[in-house]
Amino acid sequence: MTTPAGKPPIDRQALIDLGFIDARAKVLDIAAFLDRLDRAPPSAAPTDFRVDAIRAALAIAIDTSPARAERILKCWSDPTTQPVAHADGKAARGAHPPGNT
Amino acid sequence: MYIDPHIHMVSRTTDDYARMAAAGCVAVTEPAFWAGFDRSSAAGFYDYFRQLTESEPRRAAAYGIAHHAWICINPKEADDHGFAREVMSMIPEFLSRSNVLGVGEIGLNRNSKTELTVFEEHLEIAARHNSLVLIHTPHLEDKLKGTRLILDAIAAHGKINPARILVDHVEEHTVRMVLDRGIWAGMTLYPDTKCSAARAVDIMEMHGTERIWINSAGDWGRSDPLAVPKAVVTMRARGHTAADIHKISFDNPRAFLSQSGNFNVNAPRPTIS
Repeated sequence: MTTPAGKPPIDRQALIDLGFIDARAKVLDIAAFLDRLDRAPPSAAPTDFRVDAIRAALAIAIDTSPARAERILKCWSDPTTQPVAHADGKAARGAHPPGNT
Repeated sequence: MYIDPHIHMVSRTTDDYARMAAAGCVAVTEPAFWAGFDRSSAAGFYDYFRQLTESEPRRAAAYGIAHHAWICINPKEADDHGFAREVMSMIPEFLSRSNVLGVGEIGLNRNSKTELTVFEEHLEIAARHNSLVLIHTPHLEDKLKGTRLILDAIAAHGKINPARILVDHVEEHTVRMVLDRGIWAGMTLYPDTKCSAARAVDIMEMHGTERIWINSAGDWGRSDPLAVPKAVVTMRARGHTAADIHKISFDNPRAFLSQSGNFNVNAPRPTIS
């Protein structure tokens, strides 16, 4: 790359100009998603680990430390280290359920 | 001019070839993967491998795009060890074909013991045939653990030069561990579940462009066969030079793939205008 490691070639103001509207739209979509869940009829389960995972990620997204994307991905990841005996279906769910360690 | 080094064209329309050619695509490589349903016999895989190595190159050539393939049983169908071994026994026949680059996309899906065993057996096939290796890393919450298991298995196997291996679908939490092992890293540009173009450019800015490529991994799911040229647009908007853009979208994939004597970036002459 032509810029020092970690430094974008364009300055912060230019990056804001380039990305603000897109980020604004994504923040609104998350807020509306949570509002939609509040308006929906309650289900048997009081909470869903995937929604809890989003709330945990939002806390990381607004803190002041670097590497937010990396820390969110780690927050959602399976923390175990050994292969499982058998695959539990083909599809991952997006966040690791609590207690499955 | 660009290369999409990971795309599943058997799942795409001829219109996609036309659009990719118009956007500057000169070569694609197509790993064997899961078709969206489990094949019921090894013969189904044999037919699929013929499609990858006989039919698909002809479709691509009509649009002036060079097509090469990778052969394996993908990890989503690898949880039955006996079945996987039956399919793996066919791999050497296809590795000898002139448009096959190596073994791929092998790896893990849900990080099961059988998937890991089948992965290790694929590595042994690649080592015996001196093939390049293209590795799929698991999705979403399984990626971090799966990438670690894969890297540990490669190190334990120890018979393949890391420079001849590419670990694909890296994201912010896995890219460094791959590069630090001397292995190539691939970033897949997906609408939802892997890297956006903006995040891929972030990763390049933070980790450099040595031993990294970008791909669309376009398939039958939510994906975009034009993801690579769209990422090029993002790189331009972010102020990256033409040289950097050419390196990530053409020079790097050519450098990795050319380690196989079978890779030829010179596109056939189009027969459809």
